[in-house]
Amino acid sequence: MPQPITATNDFVVKFANVNGSGSASANGLFARSILRMGIPIASRNIFPSNIQGLPTWFEVRVSEAGHMGRRGGVDMMVAMNPQTWDRDVAEIEPGGYLFYDSTRPMPRSRFRDDITVIGVPLTEITNAAYSDPRQRQLFKNIVYLGALSALLDMEVEAVQQAIAAQFKGKEKLVPANFAALEKGRAWAQENLSCPIGLTLKRADAVGDRIFVEGNAAAALGAVYGGATVCAWYPITPSTSLAEAFEKYCGKLRKDPETGAKRYAIVQAEDELASIGMVIGAAWNGARSFTATSGPGISLMQEFVGLAYFAEIPAVIFDVQRAGPSTGMPTRTQQSDLLSAAYASHGDTKHVLLLPEDPTECFEFGATAFDLADRLQTPIFVMLDLDIGMNDWLCEPFKWDPARSMDRGKVLDAAALDEAKSFGRYLDVDGDGIPYRTWPGTHPEKGAFFTRGTSRDRYARYTEEGAPYVDNMERLLKKFGTAKSIVPRPITIPAKQPARDGVIFYGSSSAAMHEALAGLEADGIHLDAMRIRAFPFHDDVAAFVAAHERVFVVEQNRDAQLRTLLVNEEEIDPARLIPVLHFDGTPITARFIHAAVAQRASAANILPFRKATP
Amino acid sequence: MSYLPKPKLHHPKLPTNAIGLTRRDYEGAISTLCAGCGHDSISSAIIQACFNLSLPPHRIAKMSGIGCSSKTPTYFLGNAHGFNSVHGRMPSVLTGAYLANRDLVYLGVSGDGDSASIGFGQFAHSIRRGVNMCYIVENNGVYGLTKGQFSATSDWGSVAKKGAINTDQPIDLAAIAVQLGATFVARSFSGDKEQLVPLIEAALVHEGAAFIDVLSPCVAFNNHPGSTKSYDYVREHNEALNKLDIMLRRDEITVKYAPGEVTEVTQHDGTILRLRKLHEGHDPTNRASAMHHILDRKAAGEIVTGLIYVDPEPSALHEHLGTIAGPLNALGDADLNPGIDALESINAALR
Repeated sequence: MPQPITATNDFVVKFANVNGSGSASANGLFARSILRMGIPIASRNIFPSNIQGLPTWFEVRVSEAGHMGRRGGVDMMVAMNPQTWDRDVAEIEPGGYLFYDSTRPMPRSRFRDDITVIGVPLTEITNAAYSDPRQRQLFKNIVYLGALSALLDMEVEAVQQAIAAQFKGKEKLVPANFAALEKGRAWAQENLSCPIGLTLKRADAVGDRIFVEGNAAAALGAVYGGATVCAWYPITPSTSLAEAFEKYCGKLRKDPETGAKRYAIVQAEDELASIGMVIGAAWNGARSFTATSGPGISLMQEFVGLAYFAEIPAVIFDVQRAGPSTGMPTRTQQSDLLSAAYASHGDTKHVLLLPEDPTECFEFGATAFDLADRLQTPIFVMLDLDIGMNDWLCEPFKWDPARSMDRGKVLDAAALDEAKSFGRYLDVDGDGIPYRTWPGTHPEKGAFFTRGTSRDRYARYTEEGAPYVDNMERLLKKFGTAKSIVPRPITIPAKQPARDGVIFYGSSSAAMHEALAGLEADGIHLDAMRIRAFPFHDDVAAFVAAHERVFVVEQNRDAQLRTLLVNEEEIDPARLIPVLHFDGTPITARFIHAAVAQRASAANILPFRKATP
Repeated sequence: MSYLPKPKLHHPKLPTNAIGLTRRDYEGAISTLCAGCGHDSISSAIIQACFNLSLPPHRIAKMSGIGCSSKTPTYFLGNAHGFNSVHGRMPSVLTGAYLANRDLVYLGVSGDGDSASIGFGQFAHSIRRGVNMCYIVENNGVYGLTKGQFSATSDWGSVAKKGAINTDQPIDLAAIAVQLGATFVARSFSGDKEQLVPLIEAALVHEGAAFIDVLSPCVAFNNHPGSTKSYDYVREHNEALNKLDIMLRRDEITVKYAPGEVTEVTQHDGTILRLRKLHEGHDPTNRASAMHHILDRKAAGEIVTGLIYVDPEPSALHEHLGTIAGPLNALGDADLNPGIDALESINAALR
């Protein structure tokens, strides 16, 4: 047997549970207790598209170094689901630990020789203490939390604080949970040798960071961005975004005197109606948005084309999941890029924002509304299930008090009074962006017909070729303007001059940073660029031009960002090497490291000149 | 060129309404629909109703979907903002517009193809949500722009241009609107201005979801079982029309009949509609009896017209949502941005 793994504040614990068994609460407490000890964690829920009964996992990465992506591999498996026992046991790293309910002893053949097995008779302990079946099930989770806290040398006060915070407002539940926690701790301390090789030690590495899911962050961004109308239709994994918007608005957006709402939220009958309402509201001057996922994007295509062509702002949060079709509704991917970028029939191009974590979900969540108004076009904020539905430790939300809403080119009654003639689709400023006016603004001036059919610069319906071409070319020019106002890409230079580069985006970011550090330790130096928006800033083409080859890391099968790069920047495809992860789980640092290292060594990537001192 | 602006020459002695506008101020571009189309009569009724109500045209949002009927907003209220959305999805766009600014008057114009087929869901949900609007379906029982296919309101047994017989039951949009909780439901006939204009006026000022199903004969709608006598003739005639690619000029059909009476309306194709004007004794505030009456008369082969149902104390979506009194689109940073202190306390709660 290999030496048992020993590590302090740097390991991966994975919980294998049955969906609906109440384990999420205990697992969340485990994660938050570690945070309370000042140790950064990254947690991931891996759950089925089902209400009850199917397998679910919760992975907690403890990383004092602050790696927020998935590492890959499991140091300790808390195996609470007999259904997935074999695969759970197989996933443990050599020298790792298996924690299980030993009430019914398992034959040795069900274990592995190269791991440490820790059995705690959880059912026996809870059955002895509780008679109610539901209590038995729920407290079993807290009992294992107690046992784990002893095994990992967790501060009991940290767990108690996490429990107290969890039951804020339901304080009478706290003592019972404390008692169950103590039962688990006491049993482990009496019967096992605690702590094991994996230990937790108070640190000061969390700082003022917050622990929040991307969907809630994006929703808060929409609040700060001034969104007043939300029309949505439930779909995993975007539902919690609309729900969080409602929650935040309920607290932050009521008229202080009357209690009336300064917002309107409608759960529409379907995705088509959701985006229709968003477009109607934006046409009428309200900041409006919807939140959906891939299947919803498919349904919204027609309306998105209308908004593009008729030049109506709209914000669409696309929390991506694994497609195509129903795909894997509760698994993550970055596979809606192309369907969003070119949504609808005819020639269209749409602005995409690609946040890396909840902090950026908040920022882009607000920025999207400025961009939509400024550009008078749909803006897609491309989250994914990994960012959207997992709690991430990230920088706190920031807001510049001097910042105000950019409503774009809107003519009010006074401006219309001064205007000689109003041409809704005239390119007055040469940036491709026309002026608009909201319905009801002026008694005689500014009224026009909004339509999805072709029209001239004065919004008059026409099927003539020349005005159509004029309009379509102006729309391209507008898209060119977007290049300079969307979030710029971020470049991370290698520590040594590098011949090759890597491009990545969105939720791959955390694992990518860790992979870059690992590659560097192996002598593979890559300049990196994180793309934050489409259309691509000129920096992107310059970055590719400056490198012989560029790895493009993404979480889909068909290298969709790479396709966009080839298509929009006319880059030789041979220079863009796809690195693709698309099994529905969040990408890991190990995967990126291995995939890049394999190709990099084949190309013998080495610094081609010495770093300047 | 498909856009024909109407010259703005007013007769100096045209009567004005309370806000000093003439009927001409409520007109739009020249209609490009077939001469004699019932839809033009409805446009005219809308113009009359808005003039009578002295509504400022620029405070009306006219929304439509796709189809002959949805083209009509171009032909009235030239100073109002219009929105010709996608097929059948006018109701959601109108709902969104209403959410953004509850202070405008919302006039949704749709057709039977638009509202009873692709848009049936959106029609239903906008009604049940209580969107404050006047929703008019210009119902001719046929797809006009694509030249004569059945719509979902086509009668069972109707015969299409090329001989196909409709074996699907028709959807009665007015009956459905009653059932869905519309707070104002009416049906009328495009040629009965005496009935239609006041109904549109009432629907425009009604503070809730108001629906009017307006039967509107299509001059190109040539085959109907009611016209068995003239069926062969009509078919022959149609073929001639197709060859020539013109439409025969027809005169607008008008009717005049008293409350409680039944009148027979011969359409352009010889089809006969039997309209029953609601009796003065009809209680339009009883949803159940209104529903019963529609079905009862339908069984007798009659189409009920008039104000079928009205809730004298309607409420609309904004009331249901509990939103502020003014338009949401008028709120600025100070009203909408919770500020940094709130953000700091959110940050603190997430630590």
